[in-house]
Amino acid sequence: MSRQIRRLSFVFGLLLIALLVNVTLIQVINARDYRDRPGNQRILLAEYDRERGPILVASDPVARSVETGNTLTYIREYNNGPLYAPVTGFYSLVYGATGLERTENRILNGKADIFTVDRIQQLVSGRQPVGGAVTTTIDAAAQRAAFKGLKGKRGAVVAIEPATGRILASVQMPSFDPNRLSSHDPADIREYYAELEADPQKPLLNRPVVSLNPPGSTFKVVTAAAALASGRFTADSILPGPKAYQLPNSTKKLRNWNGRECGPGGKVTLEQALAISCNTAFAWLGNELGASAIRKQADAFGFDHSFEIPLRAATSLFPADPDAPQTALSAIGQFDVRATALQMAMVAAAIGNSGRTMNPYLVQEIRGPDLSILQTTEPTQYADAMKPSDSLSLTDMMVNVVQNGTGTNAQISGVRVAGKTGTAQTGNDSPSVAWFISFAPAAAPKVAVAVVIEESGAPEVSGNGLAAPIAKAVMEAVLRR
Amino acid sequence: MTKKRRNTELVLLIFAWLLGVLGTLQVGWATGEGTPPRLWITAGAVAVVALVMHTVVRIRAPYADPIMLPVGTLLTNLGLIMIYRLDVADARRAQLNDSPAPTPDVYSQLTWFAIAGILFCAVLILLRDHRRLQRYTFTFGLIGLILMVLPLAPIIGTTVNGATLWVRVGGFQFQPAEIAKILITIFFAGYLVKTRDSLALVRTKVLGVGLPRPKDLGPIVVAWFISLGVLIFQRDLGTSLLFFGLFVSMLYVATQRRSWLIIGFVLFVGGAYFAYSNFAHVEARVTVWLDPWTYSDTTGYQIVQSLYGLANGGILGAGLGQGFPNLVPFASTDFIVSALGEELGITGVFAILMLYALLIERGFRAAITCRDGFGQLLAAGLSITLALQVFVIIGGVTGLIPLTGLTTPFLSYGGSSLIANWVIVALLLRISDRSRRPDTSQISPDDAMTQVVSRV
Repeated sequence: MSRQIRRLSFVFGLLLIALLVNVTLIQVINARDYRDRPGNQRILLAEYDRERGPILVASDPVARSVETGNTLTYIREYNNGPLYAPVTGFYSLVYGATGLERTENRILNGKADIFTVDRIQQLVSGRQPVGGAVTTTIDAAAQRAAFKGLKGKRGAVVAIEPATGRILASVQMPSFDPNRLSSHDPADIREYYAELEADPQKPLLNRPVVSLNPPGSTFKVVTAAAALASGRFTADSILPGPKAYQLPNSTKKLRNWNGRECGPGGKVTLEQALAISCNTAFAWLGNELGASAIRKQADAFGFDHSFEIPLRAATSLFPADPDAPQTALSAIGQFDVRATALQMAMVAAAIGNSGRTMNPYLVQEIRGPDLSILQTTEPTQYADAMKPSDSLSLTDMMVNVVQNGTGTNAQISGVRVAGKTGTAQTGNDSPSVAWFISFAPAAAPKVAVAVVIEESGAPEVSGNGLAAPIAKAVMEAVLRR
Repeated sequence: MTKKRRNTELVLLIFAWLLGVLGTLQVGWATGEGTPPRLWITAGAVAVVALVMHTVVRIRAPYADPIMLPVGTLLTNLGLIMIYRLDVADARRAQLNDSPAPTPDVYSQLTWFAIAGILFCAVLILLRDHRRLQRYTFTFGLIGLILMVLPLAPIIGTTVNGATLWVRVGGFQFQPAEIAKILITIFFAGYLVKTRDSLALVRTKVLGVGLPRPKDLGPIVVAWFISLGVLIFQRDLGTSLLFFGLFVSMLYVATQRRSWLIIGFVLFVGGAYFAYSNFAHVEARVTVWLDPWTYSDTTGYQIVQSLYGLANGGILGAGLGQGFPNLVPFASTDFIVSALGEELGITGVFAILMLYALLIERGFRAAITCRDGFGQLLAAGLSITLALQVFVIIGGVTGLIPLTGLTTPFLSYGGSSLIANWVIVALLLRISDRSRRPDTSQISPDDAMTQVVSRV
């Protein structure tokens, strides 16, 4: 019988090999394939099993993980979701992550190298990593003021601290509720996402940093800065400001919005031209300076560069090689000039910051799971956009805009506010875009703001009428601190 | 002079115990529970049970195989670790749901281990010579058969998840098939050792294979009908397969005729096809086995979750306490190998399979070295039971063969299974003690003749 037992044990040996081979197929050969199958919750569970770190505004968590009772241990909760959506983004089972949830993912899920010490401890203890916290530069009061001001409109607001580049507010309207996109119910997530996608107002677009619009008359401060930089012009230089400006090499004429001359006898100072937003004077100035001089100035303010704040901002554009009439139009922020709200806030901030353009940033600190500070963002300068003396001169000109010109709605009692209105045509028949950029207090600004309202449907006054009050509210919110 | 090797056994036992303690600690730390509060109770209980078993072996079966007891203890420990780990997951989920905390399984499994240990000792103490079992061949056969069909009995029989394999008496429930498999193995051994000579007779030869006489086909046909009955009425695919596979294998060993394997295989294929084409529950199992992905949300859910778990484990595993073994239904019973495979990786699965291989190989070795036919057949039969059960359940949860509801020896949560497998180890140790014990004839060569005569 021994021989039969040996034979049987040989057969069982073969069965053992079959088991070993089969398990190897599952756990080694096909493992990746199985892990990536859509029905496999384990990868997501691994993410949702960890306590993801919060995104903080000051010490207030605007995005945080809370424990649930189901298999997905944690759910992402956004206090004031729509208010902070352009900052936090969402964290979705179905659509992945956006905003800081995406760019700071490795901090929030605790896998970044910065946590090395913690991770060695985790390796020893076998414990799941706990995410770090991201403190934003956002000022809650400014954010709320901007959100309130935009209510019922379509547009964006960006506020920057001029001396550092810290982004104090980044608001869009319409916005969306990241809570619904970050829920645990894939069907509802898909339904809501489809709804947002289908919305012609495009609420999912991160307007403050990616929506590009012609900056219109707000771009005149860039042209003015280029004029001062050329050394050929001062605030008091006399420019021609007729009713209409004959575009060079063209049959077309460029008119002032009110159809009047900008000053007595069609003559106007640079300061006055900015104050009343004289199109003909700046169009003339544009051709006097030339496209390359204006572009050089624009680039020093941050045009033609993609900033990562760390969200990737859209590149604001000054046309590459405009001919003379195009240059004239570009000088007043029309033709192919395009800017984000972030970019125009940077222009205002740089003028207020003695001509220094700072790199804008949204993350103030990275903290460990125990909230100890691991890393603090240091302000960095992007470029020297203006000579300090020129910036002082331009600041005075912009204060004049608010005190005596088109931007009177931005006045704050007891504070010198520098600003500039703008309205742009996005196309021949398309509705106009209203802008307002400003900073205050003019001498040592604590805040620079850009407000853009799309589809304002109003004439030049709309910059003052629609956008300036929002800018004022945001500046007041910061100055009140 | 054969060495007793009891100290080897003790060292291996200490190793198995230490592994259990470290594994439990790792689960506690990795899940954030901290050092398990009752660690020293569990570690102490395992140590006491293992030491008592070892002491009884030392006294009552000093020449027994030194590997089997530590391997059984190690497997039981791995099961305890995973059951504790799943307890933690269940408790956490209950806490999050604000539902009452579930009773942890690990303590009842520990109790079962203690009871299994007592029965293990009882077998070794009361059964001085395994040949005494042969006297009760038909009694065991009858009790075994009754136990097998007991779940069909009214009132006490219970159907769980579509299969009728439980018996409930008062608050106590058990799977009689687990006990039945031992009794039936004893019956087969006793029956076949007597009838093997006639069953081995050859009437005709077909293609060089000797066929048995038609009238000798009776027993195998009866076994075939019984296993079909278990499959049809109790819907217990696993026990049915185990029963028939065991009988055919033992028939082959006893008669030394390959023709029985061929006849058995033909009957198996016929029965399997009959069951597949006539019974929906069998057909469903096969359909899911062929393509689990199509049914991943319904009937294939368990097996697909099991595959996901194993895949998540990969080579080194997620680490104890760091996977999601609780996503697989019945993780602590049928699917405990998937749970271990997820957290210990293929490394752990290979190690577990090797432990089983070691145990079964030791059982076969005891069979080969045994000096009496009954002992040989019994040891071979018990090893075959273990081997078949391990293959059928692990093959099932890894999708190699259709899934059947069998417990994983030593690992699965459940008293009947743990007790039955420890009794099997006790019987194998008893047989190996007899076969490794030095022949008294070597001590007094003068009595050689008498000794030989006195042997059975």
